Amino acid sequence: MSFQINFKRVFNFALSDFSRNKGISIAAIFILITTTLLFTGLFFLHGISDFLVSTIRDKIDITAYFKSDAVESDILTVRDDIIKVSPDVRRVEYVSKEEALTAFNKRHGESDVISRALSEVGGNPFLPSLNIITNGSPEQYENIANLLEGDEYGNLIEKVDFSEKRDTIEKVFSITSGLSRFGLLMGALLALTAAFVVFNTIKLVIENSKEEIATMKIVGAANWFIRAPFVIEGALFGIAAFLFCFFATVLIVFFLSRGLSVILPGFSLLAYYMHSLWVIALIQLVSGVGLGVISSYVVVRKYLKI
Amino acid sequence: MTKIYEPDMVVLQDISFEVSKGEFVSIVGKSGAGKTTLVKLILGLEKPTYGEVFFAGENVSELDGASLQNLRKRIGGIYQDYKLLPAKTVFENVAYIMEVEGRENEDIEVEVPKVLEAVGLAEKTNNFPDELSGGEQQRLAVARALVNQPDVVIADEPTGNLDPYNTYEVISLLQKINNVGKTVILSTHDREIVNKLGRRVITIEAGRIVRDEPKGRFII
Repeated sequence: MSFQINFKRVFNFALSDFSRNKGISIAAIFILITTTLLFTGLFFLHGISDFLVSTIRDKIDITAYFKSDAVESDILTVRDDIIKVSPDVRRVEYVSKEEALTAFNKRHGESDVISRALSEVGGNPFLPSLNIITNGSPEQYENIANLLEGDEYGNLIEKVDFSEKRDTIEKVFSITSGLSRFGLLMGALLALTAAFVVFNTIKLVIENSKEEIATMKIVGAANWFIRAPFVIEGALFGIAAFLFCFFATVLIVFFLSRGLSVILPGFSLLAYYMHSLWVIALIQLVSGVGLGVISSYVVVRKYLKI
Repeated sequence: MTKIYEPDMVVLQDISFEVSKGEFVSIVGKSGAGKTTLVKLILGLEKPTYGEVFFAGENVSELDGASLQNLRKRIGGIYQDYKLLPAKTVFENVAYIMEVEGRENEDIEVEVPKVLEAVGLAEKTNNFPDELSGGEQQRLAVARALVNQPDVVIADEPTGNLDPYNTYEVISLLQKINNVGKTVILSTHDREIVNKLGRRVITIEAGRIVRDEPKGRFII
């Protein structure tokens, strides 16, 4: 007997059970939809919290002001040293005295009081600087701070603008990493609970067929022949849940995206969704079909022990 | 062979008998005498505590999962509670047995209507078991037991839930099966059936065989 015919048979068994027990099928699909949407929601929350954390960390920068007479080539050496110490630093920007003045004028050009004050001071009062944005890790922040505050550049650097913010920065780091850990833990707990609920729903569905499984066993059906239709049915529940969730997510993202960008400026839910489309689809497929199949497999195994 | 359920409930004790090919054997006894346990032991659904059960030379309790399933395919079972597949139609219930056996679809299309005709269920092909009367359900169980032409048919209290008319029908079917050379093992506590059959009777009382007569009667 060919594999093809056998597969067709067990597939047909699954399909007819699926359509004959509509109430049970709908209940199982509903639970899988809830779980899959929960997983999807957790993924989006993860994206939003990542965005928030990186927004906060982006604001953490270090500015090194050099002495007024520092030569540009020395300043660029310091920049190269910073990149050498922390190759993955997000940005090191050199701002010359002139650029600083131009930027200042651009910002306050129309204010008479300020232009008068500047001409009173005479010349260009601004200092050349290096503006450094770290990748957000506390270690990198520490490394750069040590380099700039060290003796090596003591005669070049006028002041480093971070000392005052240091405590705050450490607090932010500890809060954001604490939040990430808490989010991960809560997410894992929720996901585990949801998986447990799915397992028990499938268990109830199959419990209905307990006697039937025993009968199949008595008439000599091989274990795989008994189990396959239930596993396929679990997959069908999962596919139905996946399709529903996939389209529901498109709609939800479409309608929520605009509102969310008002609350979170700079964050586009739609762009995030499009960027992670395949990952989200995979999560939905795995949580729907995977949970359906694994639960069915495990539950039937229990009843097959005759 | 002895079967003891933990901790110390002796259901069958020092049972020993042999059934030859083509025989019609009735196993009789009061409810709780151990008849159903005996059937389960033959099907490998239970293991003996002491001793062995052989089917066509194979030690049933030593068979692995797949071999046990192959053995069960060679036995047609009929039970008091019918043991039908409630989510499948009459046709599908019978076809399932042939599918388990791996028979071709063309064979199934030909054989199933034939066997349903033989048990008088041709008109009920598309009904579900719960749409059938008790007698019809048991006839469906008989059809299912026959369709693969097994070596042995075991009927465990097949008439327990049936009225006299349906009882007669089912017993007649079992006799027909035996007439074409199949071995039939009938477990029952119905005195009238046993006395009318006039075939070999094994009487069990309190887990022991008290009589084994080639042309026996129901005496308890």
